[in-house]
Amino acid sequence: MSVDEITAGGPSGGTAASDPDGPERRIYWAVADCWTIVRRDLTHLVKQPSLIAWQLGFPIVSVLLFVYVFGSAMDVGGGVDYTTYAMPGMFAMTMAFGFMNTAGAVVIDKERGVTDRFRSMPMAPSAVVTGRGVSDVLHAALDLLVLAVIALVVGWRSDGGALATLYAFALLLLLRFALIWVGVWIGLLAPNQESANNLFAVAFPFGMVSSVFTPPSAMPDWLGAVAMWNPVSSTATAVRELFEAGAPVGDSWIEQHAELMAVVWPLVITAVFLPLAVRKFGNLAR
Amino acid sequence: MRTRASDHSVLAEGLRKSYGEKRALDGFDLAVPRGTVYGLLGPNGAGKTTAVRILSTLARLDEGRAWVGGRDVRREPRAVRRRIGLTGQNAAVDEIITARQNLEMFGRLFHLGTARARRRAEELLDWFSLAEVADKQPKGFSGGMRRRLDLAASMILAPEVLFLDEPTTGLDPRGRSEVWQAVRDLAADGTTVLLTTHYLDEADRLSDRLAVIDRGRNVTEDTPSGLKRAIGGDRIEVVAGAAEDIPEIVRAVARVAAEGGEPETDIEELRVHAPVDDRVAALTEAARSLRDAGVAVADIGLRRPTLDEVFLALTGHLAADPADSADPADPATADEAARPAGALDTADEEPGQAGPRSEASV
Repeated sequence: MSVDEITAGGPSGGTAASDPDGPERRIYWAVADCWTIVRRDLTHLVKQPSLIAWQLGFPIVSVLLFVYVFGSAMDVGGGVDYTTYAMPGMFAMTMAFGFMNTAGAVVIDKERGVTDRFRSMPMAPSAVVTGRGVSDVLHAALDLLVLAVIALVVGWRSDGGALATLYAFALLLLLRFALIWVGVWIGLLAPNQESANNLFAVAFPFGMVSSVFTPPSAMPDWLGAVAMWNPVSSTATAVRELFEAGAPVGDSWIEQHAELMAVVWPLVITAVFLPLAVRKFGNLAR
Repeated sequence: MRTRASDHSVLAEGLRKSYGEKRALDGFDLAVPRGTVYGLLGPNGAGKTTAVRILSTLARLDEGRAWVGGRDVRREPRAVRRRIGLTGQNAAVDEIITARQNLEMFGRLFHLGTARARRRAEELLDWFSLAEVADKQPKGFSGGMRRRLDLAASMILAPEVLFLDEPTTGLDPRGRSEVWQAVRDLAADGTTVLLTTHYLDEADRLSDRLAVIDRGRNVTEDTPSGLKRAIGGDRIEVVAGAAEDIPEIVRAVARVAAEGGEPETDIEELRVHAPVDDRVAALTEAARSLRDAGVAVADIGLRRPTLDEVFLALTGHLAADPADSADPADPATADEAARPAGALDTADEEPGQAGPRSEASV
């Protein structure tokens, strides 16, 4: 029986759709359903372009503040221009804060019952999570594009080659990808939207106590150690090196291996939080 | 079992489900004949939502068996999902994309393919009178419109069973009547509807049959009129202007009371009431005889039993009796307090708010 028949007659006309497909059809639908969810999120962007402006408001204001207000007073050593130092940090910070968008979107769907509607439908259950992941990475790529254009306008340049620069942006997206699972997990954990919004209190120090705006060596020892081991620092430092910013890098092991750690940290975060997020999603059926 | 499963769109036997210590369903049975509107009536926390969540594959059951559309909810959840529509307590639609985009998205997720999803969206927008707002965002909709969009999304695959979990909670009277009309239209079209509600009049107006659920167990199962007969149905109520008029009022009320129904008197509130069969005739007759007798009344009218009274009549306790739950000696009350933190996610209303278990009153 084909699905054609169901649209005959009124809303109750016809009969239910045919029963389960083979494994290859399942894979097809997992991808197709994921894409349907991604399209929905992209439509959100089209419907509310201001969404991007809001989400980028903080990094953009930060760029302007740090470059024009604090920039002249900042000395990160090595005679490096502060814009050159701070821009890669800004990119990394935007990626790091991105998990709050994920958590917010997940909690809204959960609160409104949209997640339950999806779960009561014969769609691929994985698509709810994979769709979120794909659209968040696309969203992050758009964020980076807008930020890079603004950075170019205020005088930032990458001195790395085209490949190194692209690799740097790939590392930034990798960090964002890893944090999607943190966002999904927190979004499923949060009882409501307000509590998800309060996450900023946690996210802010997570983004700031890092090498994003200042070298950890300039911080008190204990704080510097925390900042050095912050995954955001590894990505920021690695990206700086790929852009050939020429900023001096501390001589601790973690700082010397930033490019390696910019890959390892996201993998570790994914390895921990992806299973947590999947388990939490499964627990919705409790 | 399978033979009964084919006569019934929904069949459940001995459903049990606990959230920690709290038993949300405690051996619940349900049999919804094909093509009927079936009401599941009970106070908050009675287990209605848990039952719907289990039957719509959203929650796992601990014990028991259930078939929806002839398919086992535990073994064939995907097959069940192809046969059901679900409208939960929130209007589960995307607020930002338009009404049409919502229906097209859900259509694609039901695997209709883009062209058919588009056509189906168009049909449903027409059917649910949403064509005029098809290209608007639901965030600007009234409660009733949002619900109708939600219902439309539940009807994409022309489901065999439509679950409506408290579909009119939080709606204004207009929104409520809009939803009622939509449900009646669907029922007339042949869809089996399982409706949960804690409004007696809603259950009365919409359903062909009713099950009353309390504390996760079946209390009774009947037609709305059978249930009303069982609990006394409508009552005439007269409030006296002065206490000395009460004997005369009792005589007048007794003359119009339903067979076997004795007038009851509440001396403190000067209230006399009795069950009636023919509502309007009883009211006019009582009013005339009181006027002829020269008795001035403060108020006279017809009253339907409230849900509290139904519960009092059926279970011997009120839906949510504060005196009961304050009893620290009741071991079940202690259970209520030990609400599992993890249950927050899945069953907002179920644990904690349920009436206390009191052996004496059951």
